[in-house]
Amino acid sequence: MIAALATPLLRFAGVRIEAAGRARAGSAPLLDDLSFDVAPGEFVAVVGESGSGKTLAARSILNLLPDGVRRVAGRIELEGRDLTQLSGPDMRKIRGAQIGMVFQEPMVSLNPAMTIGRQLAEGLQLHRQLSRGEIRRHSLAMLERVRMNDPVRCLSAFPHEFSGGMRQRIMLAAVLLLKPKLLIADEPTTALDTLSQREVLELMVELAHDEGAAVLLITHDLGLVARYTERAIVLEKGRLMESGTTRQILTDPRNPYTQRLVASLRGGITAGTAVPASEPIVVQVRNACIEYPGRPGLWRAGTPTQVVHGVDLDVRSGEIVAIVGASGSGKTTLGRAILDLKPLAAGSIRFDGIELARMTPAQRKQFRRSAQLVFQDPYSSLNPRLRVRDIVAATLRHADIDAAERAARVDAVLDEVGLASFGDRFPHQMSGGQRQRVAIARAVVCRPRLVVADEPVSALDMTIQQQVLALFRELQGQYGFACLFITHDLALVRQIAARVVVMSGGVVVEEGPVPSVFNDPRHKYTRELLAATPALEAAALVS
Amino acid sequence: MLSYILKRLLLTLPTLSLVSLAVFLLIRLIPGDPALVLLGEGADAAALAGVRADLGLDHPLPVQFVSWLQHALRGDLGRSIVSGEPVAGLILQRFGLTAAVVLVAVTAATVIAASAGLIAAWRRNSAIDLAVVGAATVVLAIPSFWLGMVLLLLFGLKLGWLPFVGYIPFSESAMQAMLFLVMPVMTLTITESGVLTRMMRSSSIDVLQLDYVTHARAKGLSERVVLTRHVFPNAFAPTLTLVGLTLGHLLGGIAVIETVFTLPGLGRLMVDSVLARDYPVVQGCLLFTAVVYVVVNLLVDLCYPLFDPRVTAR
Repeated sequence: MIAALATPLLRFAGVRIEAAGRARAGSAPLLDDLSFDVAPGEFVAVVGESGSGKTLAARSILNLLPDGVRRVAGRIELEGRDLTQLSGPDMRKIRGAQIGMVFQEPMVSLNPAMTIGRQLAEGLQLHRQLSRGEIRRHSLAMLERVRMNDPVRCLSAFPHEFSGGMRQRIMLAAVLLLKPKLLIADEPTTALDTLSQREVLELMVELAHDEGAAVLLITHDLGLVARYTERAIVLEKGRLMESGTTRQILTDPRNPYTQRLVASLRGGITAGTAVPASEPIVVQVRNACIEYPGRPGLWRAGTPTQVVHGVDLDVRSGEIVAIVGASGSGKTTLGRAILDLKPLAAGSIRFDGIELARMTPAQRKQFRRSAQLVFQDPYSSLNPRLRVRDIVAATLRHADIDAAERAARVDAVLDEVGLASFGDRFPHQMSGGQRQRVAIARAVVCRPRLVVADEPVSALDMTIQQQVLALFRELQGQYGFACLFITHDLALVRQIAARVVVMSGGVVVEEGPVPSVFNDPRHKYTRELLAATPALEAAALVS
Repeated sequence: MLSYILKRLLLTLPTLSLVSLAVFLLIRLIPGDPALVLLGEGADAAALAGVRADLGLDHPLPVQFVSWLQHALRGDLGRSIVSGEPVAGLILQRFGLTAAVVLVAVTAATVIAASAGLIAAWRRNSAIDLAVVGAATVVLAIPSFWLGMVLLLLFGLKLGWLPFVGYIPFSESAMQAMLFLVMPVMTLTITESGVLTRMMRSSSIDVLQLDYVTHARAKGLSERVVLTRHVFPNAFAPTLTLVGLTLGHLLGGIAVIETVFTLPGLGRLMVDSVLARDYPVVQGCLLFTAVVYVVVNLLVDLCYPLFDPRVTAR
């Protein structure tokens, strides 16, 4: 209450953002009449899906809106001072020094051509006239605080030498080095795997607390909101839907949109059912080892790196098996090997009893039709030059059916995925969720025995994720194909799979029915993974 | 870094061996007997045999190749059939002029392109951008000989500011020599800056959209620092590759420009020798050009890590 009476650290008052230039009459603003306060030291979440305007709201604070987008009304105050009235040089004194910003993509948020040391020093040189020695001392101390192993070496290293999680920690160091009063974190961990995500966020919270900085966390992930913030603001299509304490929003959402969002966190779909052991085994993997060729030197061939070491796996007809693991665990590689897109270095994979490596050409042709793949990225997995109808029909090209029947099958499957009227569209005329529906239609149109789905909903917004997942389950129930569902997100596993296989470092560390693995994890890695998935905790809170 | 350089150097060896073999064989493929060309129609058989023996043409091809390569490695590319001068000396003397024109012009074009492209990308879709893109496109479409002749007409004939026929070597009068080179350099600078500008602009646009540029701005850096420190080094690498290719290609002779401005450069030497069937000179020029190309691209590759530290790591 005291915070509400005192001057807030940050205040948005009636902020409206529009696409500049020929703003057509009646076109909705990108952000409409947004007002909220952030008290000093407070952790506030701005929640929304793509197109909600959450990132624009964050960028407008520092006047860093992208080209073609303008703030047309409203005030943005920092400690009572209107930032929108500042001149360029005055604004630059606020940037970095008073308000720091952390970005989403750790792979592109550090300059690849500058050493970490120079990038850290830049802000200090600009905002506080420190000597070289002092800059070095501050930088090293900060790198130590973000737990970099060898801070001295780190100073002279380039960004590409670090993993995504480490880069994001370096990013935090660079921003917090200037002791800002407000830290804006725009989806800071979306691109990271579960364990690094947790590491980075815990670090951010700890450092912000130590420095007394307020945090504005921009995110689509209600799980993160639940675990790390005190208050939340929910945006949809540029409008404020609801604001309140995080607890109230999660347990007692008033607004229909918020209710839907929270429902998607809970997960409307029940877990997959186990199939009886009498069902035939579709895929049988035995002692599979997979290598990537090493980089060849001038005179010698490269030493191959083994990424999957002796994996055993059975998938029965009609069963959904989830493979979970961090990036680099070998889960995608294994999925590709099962589709015969990657050769085995040792071991065997059998499909309906026939070993992949020993198939006759006719058998292989049959296999290609019976085993399908759904990719993660709906933007690059569809040929942009083909119409949806042709994309789906391409899978049927080798089926022994005439053109009329083929067209009928395509129309039927498009109808099933809810895209009956979209057959003549091109991929770029569709949303991400719609494209992923096309990808699913393409996979199921030839009635496959097996579908390998590699992170099929990770690129989608939460509510869309739920829709696509529900569709996938429905089709799976209808056609009864076996499915290998590859994901890093444990919250999804619980909603779709009956059995889960946990991979780490190229080996299966744990395997079993979903309820028993989730309630009674045996392996240390599984326990860490479960603990690092905030959505599970939040789901428990809202249920 | 040292092992990277060594590796790159070693990798040029197979390229150069193949090139020398190709050059040698190409010349041998040309129909006609060099001895006959040398002595003219109607020379008697004994004289022809004598010349063939002199030139080593009576040995089998592999022997000829090895002997030619041995001499080439020692810098002896034979003598010109026409003037009797040593080919190596001739090439070096002509190359000096070509290199001077090309190096100055490409440097100027790079400076112009890097700044114009960067600014156009920074102020994308503004009037400045439109002007830069428009100019670059026009320049791309103009053939160099036409531009050269227009410049000759304007500055040489109409205004009379610059000399326009012939050439005075640096050794005689440096001042005069430079005056003669102004127009060729200008022509080449203008024609080459078009592609480079477009390249620089498009890679700068890509870089400007990346998070680290926004991050640099969010630190409070001024636009000037953002552009020079964060955008330029990352956007320049693709342009640098193109500069290397251009340089390698132009150093092999700018025959058209040398012809328009009547400059005794490497390109004209090659064209003249081809017309005169002066095979040792043609052969020497081809080999020299290939070596220059390989060396220039090697140098550019070695510069690459300055702009993109990821290159050495790989």
